[in-house]
This record gives sequence, structure tokens and C-alpha cells, in this order.
Amino acid sequence: MKLPENAEEILEALWIATVEKGDNAAPFDVLKTSADDAALAELVRLSYVEIKGERVYLRQEGRHEAMMTVRRHRLAERLMMDILDIKGRQGDEKACEFEHLLHQGVDTKICTLLNHPETCPHGRPIPPGECCEQARHSGEVGVVALTELKAGECGEIAYFSTTDMKKMQKLMSMGVLPGCELLLTRSYPSFIFKVGHSEFAVDDELAREIFIRKS
Amino acid sequence: MSDQRVGDNSGGLPQILLVGNPNVGKSVLFNALTGTYTTVSNYPGTSVDVSRGTCEIDGRRFEVLDTPGMYALMPITEEERVAREILLDETAHLVLHVVDARNLERMLPMTLQLVEAGLPVVLVVNILDEAERIGMQINLELLQEKLGIPVIGTAIARKRGVKELRSVIADYVDKRTACFGYAADLERDIEKVVATLEGEYRIKPRAVALLLLQKDEDLLRIVQESEGDRFDHIVATLNEVTFARRSDLHLRINLERKRVCRGLLQGVISEEQGRRPPFAERLSAWTMNPVSGGALLLIVLYFGFYKFVGGFGAGTVVDFLEGTIFEGHLNPWMITHADQYIPWYWLHELLVGEYGILTLAIRYAVALVMPIVGTFFVAFSIIEDTGYFPRLAMLVDRIFKRIGLNGRAVIPLVLGFGCDTMATMVTRTLETVRERILATVLLALAIPCSAQLGVILGLLAEVPGALFVWSTVLIGVFMLVGLLAARLVPGERPMFYMEIPPLRLPQPRNVLVKTLTRMQWYFFEIFPLFVIASVLLWAGKMTGGLDYLVRGMNPVMRLLGLPTEASAAFIFGFFRRDFGAAGLYDLQNNGLLTAVQLTVAAVTLTLFVPCVAQFLVMRKERGWRVSLGIFTVVTALAFSVGFILNRLLLTSGVLS
Repeated sequence: MKLPENAEEILEALWIATVEKGDNAAPFDVLKTSADDAALAELVRLSYVEIKGERVYLRQEGRHEAMMTVRRHRLAERLMMDILDIKGRQGDEKACEFEHLLHQGVDTKICTLLNHPETCPHGRPIPPGECCEQARHSGEVGVVALTELKAGECGEIAYFSTTDMKKMQKLMSMGVLPGCELLLTRSYPSFIFKVGHSEFAVDDELAREIFIRKS
Repeated sequence: MSDQRVGDNSGGLPQILLVGNPNVGKSVLFNALTGTYTTVSNYPGTSVDVSRGTCEIDGRRFEVLDTPGMYALMPITEEERVAREILLDETAHLVLHVVDARNLERMLPMTLQLVEAGLPVVLVVNILDEAERIGMQINLELLQEKLGIPVIGTAIARKRGVKELRSVIADYVDKRTACFGYAADLERDIEKVVATLEGEYRIKPRAVALLLLQKDEDLLRIVQESEGDRFDHIVATLNEVTFARRSDLHLRINLERKRVCRGLLQGVISEEQGRRPPFAERLSAWTMNPVSGGALLLIVLYFGFYKFVGGFGAGTVVDFLEGTIFEGHLNPWMITHADQYIPWYWLHELLVGEYGILTLAIRYAVALVMPIVGTFFVAFSIIEDTGYFPRLAMLVDRIFKRIGLNGRAVIPLVLGFGCDTMATMVTRTLETVRERILATVLLALAIPCSAQLGVILGLLAEVPGALFVWSTVLIGVFMLVGLLAARLVPGERPMFYMEIPPLRLPQPRNVLVKTLTRMQWYFFEIFPLFVIASVLLWAGKMTGGLDYLVRGMNPVMRLLGLPTEASAAFIFGFFRRDFGAAGLYDLQNNGLLTAVQLTVAAVTLTLFVPCVAQFLVMRKERGWRVSLGIFTVVTALAFSVGFILNRLLLTSGVLS
């Protein structure tokens, strides 16, 4: 059964406050809701959440639903920013509208299209779905942004997602081309990688636009 | 395509052009061929000026041109544009494409482009020694056969291969035959575009077509000029081809070149696997780790700058030259002789008076500024030659992004601690206009040059706590103005990418010659200004104009809580940053300043105006409007900060 949109928003905020930020519950104002909110009442009815005084608790029964809501939101962000190239505030807004459409297997399709990304464009983790587990299990080779590689990992450059000709031109003329083997040696404070015997440094903005086929 | 920086062909000698990526040894090769010196730099960008020299091989004289580093025939940065203009403008007898043996596969695509363009290319595979050390073997004969152009292996820093290269230059006969085939569909596209071209070009139509397919804007303009009415037809053909392919031709062409190069290198390179990384590589990893890199930076700053420049240069050497030589011997000797032989008061004053050319200008230039700037340049050259700066740039990139710059800007800003004038010139290596303006503002405002820094550090070190207040205020102003400017100055946000060259041991000869070249430049630029400043001050004193100016400054001094005698120091400060600081030195020696006054004066003077030389360079690089704007803002800000600081210190009771 599909939850109302504002109930999804509440679950999402509750997941971030409790699971990601480590609080045991969240007050109404953080969830942008109030005690008489119908959406909240619906969540209580489903035993997804529990209200004690001014704070809302996420119950075991609601955890999966909350996790999936967060997942849909961040997948929507990836789709907007990486594939449709809608960046900035507009990208955020469109992602917010779009996430509520990702039910009944649409999220799985998008996750597969995006090669099961592990983080959203803001760097926060995307909770893995069944499709990610399956892909991992069957050893599917995915294409990920350079930002998702860990130091010491290597792979082949698959493509650049930048629309900025100048950036791409610069990378290409420095010899950083699709098909090159790349080894990431460091990811902080900048991304340092090796191609052949040369070392290059790029900032995370550029690193997000270089896509790697992991080996 | 014309470029005034390149100038005309001197004396009609046949020309040899050196081209290639940054950090492949072009400048070292230039020195090896010509015997004269040009700056060798590990930092992409610092050799933006073009060096020319001549050499003689087998009795024939050639002119040698060292071009700035370029990655491809399609330019992005200013330096690459300069390099390409030289390549396409000059009719070269020979183009030496210098490449790094370790990165042959990455650099060979540019060789293809040069050959495609129809230029007389010789491939110089340099840094062979380091390639061999990591277990690479390169079959140069085979490569030469496959490429169809002369190929020479060298290790120029070790003098290896220079003789062979000279004989190749002497015997070079232009018999270019090579042509590299791309995929059939791409070849058809190229043919289609070539068929539309009728104008005259310096490079072959095939190369023009390839650049057009890659949407090279400069070339598009040139084609427009030379084709006239036919241009619309050419654009239509280009658009048609691009649409038909439904893919980015720029990427496509690059991938094709890569494929061709892989084929060319088949059987040419053999590599031993599994060698232990050499020490330099491990050290390199440490420099890029924020923790150990930060510690290393502090060590470099402490020994390189604080101890060597501050302690040795500004302390020991200045004391000796200034105290012993000038004050002890030279000045008294000159004054005695002037007293004896010069009856005219005005001439006496002009030569050996309070602002005399001999007693002030020369003493300042030689005894005070030369040791400080000299030691700074030594330290800077050593650090530069190790390849440390790109690593520093990478470390500070995140912080610099906040002030609207990227890591690359650390180079001009650090250089500013040596000489802001020179550093302002170096800001041209930054990529966007916005970055250049931001860096110029920060240099003008918050970066004291070595001469000023030396004197101020010496002064403040005597008062406990003053140094702390001074540095806190300066860092605060630097960050604040950076943050504000980053928000206010419009333009593209900077992006950071950079090739990190391997760490190397600096060669003493290179360091020495580079230091001397820079000092020579510094002197030619600066020395006349010292004399002019001295003459102006003298004229001001003789006519009473100086008194007038000083009196005009008095109310400002009172606002800052300073004695009126400090006016002179601020007026001097405009002529030379360190003139002002030295003025403070005198006041302090005469016991005219309290601890608070000294600190306020030092802060205001450090922030206050760039010196005349820096202002002139600012005007040259940024134009009247921007530089006057910077000047006004900096002056207003300096006095406001001084005013507030004085109030704060007095009310809080700190330092008093």
C-alpha cells in the first residue's frame, strides 16, 4: 500500500534524524509535523511510529518503509543530477517531486540504470535494495563515479558525465581518457589518481564527473 | 594569429621550436642547446613567457624557442594559446617534441597531431634514466621506424643524448611521409570537411579539419577569416557530420589517437612488473596526506622561511651589510667626502642627505632588500624544483575554495611573501579572470613582502604579544576579505585539476641560476624605483611638499591613536612597502611608540597600499579601473582596521 506523500516525508526525516544522526527519536519541528497531523496519525495507525510527549519514535515495523523512502529520494536525486543533468536547487526540488513516483519496481529499474549507486550527489549513503544485493551476488561490474572508489582501488575509465567541454578537453588532453586504467591513491583532501606513471589531482566536483568501471 | 609577446624572427635564422607537456624537460633542453638560462619550473604556468636563444651546430646558427607547456594542439589556458600561436605562426626549421619516457603512451597523441599538422617534428624521448630505473625498456629504433620521424632518447638533466640530438638537428632533412589512418567512418568525415576548405593555412587541411571537428573556437575564427563566403557552407557540413555521428567527435578523435598510439607502441615498450616503490614515491605520498603533509609544511616553513630567510637573510646578512658595511664604513666615508667636496646644499642632500640616493636608495636596495629577497628566492627555488608546490596546492584546495580560489592560487600567494610585485604578475597563470582579481586583491592587502615582513617581524618580536595580535588580525582580514570577495566578485567558480610531477632532488646549478635570474629581474625592475622614491622624497623635503603631505596625514594618525611623526612612515610606505616599515623602526628606536601604537601601526602599514611597483604591475595586468578600485578599497580597509584595532586594544587593555 502506498503511503500519502507527507507521511513519506515524515518517515524520511525520521530515518535521517534517528538512524543517520543517531538520536533515539525526533521532535515534531524536525519532522515538520504536529500532533494533529493526519499523515502522522496514519503512521501511528500502521504502528510505524510512536509518539511519546513531544517526540516521535521510529518503530521496528516502520524501519523498512522509512529506509525505502530515503532510498527512493536519493535515487531520484541521482537520476536528476547525473542523467538528466538538472543541478542545484531545481535538481533538489524535482527530485523531491519525483521520489513519490518510484514505487512498484520503478526504483529497482532506476537503481539498475544508475548502476546501483552507493551515495547521493550530496555524498549521503543510499540504502541498498534487493537489486543491489543481487547485482553484488552475481558479480555484476558496475560503473561508479570516481568519488565512490576507495583509495587503493582501480578500474577503467568508462566515460565523463560533464557537459562542460573545457573540462573534458583538459582531462582528455592530459591523457585521462575513457579506456585508461586508473588507480585511486587518495581521496582526501583531493582525489589523487594514477594513469600510467603519472599522477593527477582533481577536486570532488570533477571527480564526480569521471565514471569508472571497477575491476 | 598574431602575438606581440612572441615578437619577430630575429635575424632570419632557421628556428628550432621546443614543445611538449609541462615538466618534461623543455627548459633544461633549451639551456643545454643555447647555454643561456631560462626558468625551469615544476609548476605548470610559471614559464608563461617565451624564452629565445641561439645555438650553433656544425657551424650553422639556429634560433631556439622554448614554448610554454601544452597538452594538445587545442589550447585551453593562456599559456597553451601562446604555445600554439608560436607553433602555427613561426616557420620552424624543426619542431622538437619533448616527451617523458615514462608516459610515452599518454604524450604520443600530441606527436601525431604535430605530424598531422605537417610540421617538421623530431621526437625527443626524455627522462630515459628515470624510466629505466622503474624497469622500462623502450625500443627507440622500432618507434622511429613506425612513426617515420627521427626519434632520440635522452636524459638531458644528465647530459645524455644531447650530442646525438645536435647531430640529428644538423643532418635533418625534411622527408615526411607518415600518415596515420583512423577508423573508416572518421576518415570519411575528415575528407568531407577537407573538401570544403579552400583557404591558405599554415597547417595541413587534414589537421584543420580535425580541429574543426573538435570545435576549436580559435581555429573556427581563422577559418572564417580566410574562407569568407564559403564559411557558412563549412559550418553546415560540420554540423551535418556531428549530427550524423550522434556522438562527441572530440572524444571520438581522442580515442582514435589513443588506439593508433597503442598500435605504434606495440612491441616498443617492455616493463618489469612488481618493483618496490622508490623512496621518492613514499615521500610523495606523505606530502599529500593532510596530517604528515601539514607537518612537512610546517617544517618547510620553519626551516626554509623562518630560519633561513627570517633568521639568516633578514638577521645575520642584513646586520652585517647594513650595520657593519654601510653604517660603519661606507656611509661615514661618503658623507665625509661629500662634506669636503660638495658645496651646494641641494646636491649634498640629494646624494648623501636624509633621503639621499647613496645613503638611502642604495643602502636600502643593497643592504636591506637584497639579502632578504635573495635568501627568499633561494628557498623558493629549491622548494619549487622538488615539485612540492603542486602537492601544497592539492592540500590547500579545499580551504582555498572557500575564498573563491582553487589550490593553484597558493603559488602566487606564497610568492607574494617574497615580492608582491612579482607575485601579482604570476597571477596570470590562474585560469579565470575572477581568480586573478581575487588573488590580486589578497596580495595587495594581506600579504606582506619579504622586505616588509623582515623589518616588521624584527620590530614586533621585541614586544611580547604584539606578533600574535598582528598575525591574528592579518589572517582574520585575509580570510574575511577572501570570503566576502568570493561572494561578491562575479564569474565562474574555479575548478581544480592538476598533474602532480614526481618529487625530484633539486639540481644546485638550476637553483643558483634561477635565483640569480630572479634577483636580476628584481633589481632591474625595482632599483630605479628606489632611486625615484629617494629623489621624490628629497624634492618633497627641499620644497616643503613633504611636510605638507605629512601634515595632511596628521588627522588620520590621530584617529589611529598614533603620534604625528608616524605620518612620514605611511607616506614612505607607498613608495616601498619596506620604506614604511623602516620608518617605524626609527620611531621605535627613538622610543616614540607604545606597544599598542606599534602594533596598530604595523597592522595598518602591512594592510595599507601596495607599493608603487606593485601598483604599476596591477595596472598593467588588470587595467586602470580594477587596480584603482583595489587601491581605494585596500586603503579604506587598512585604516578602518587600524582604527578599530586601536579602540579594541585600548578598551580591552591587551598589550598595554
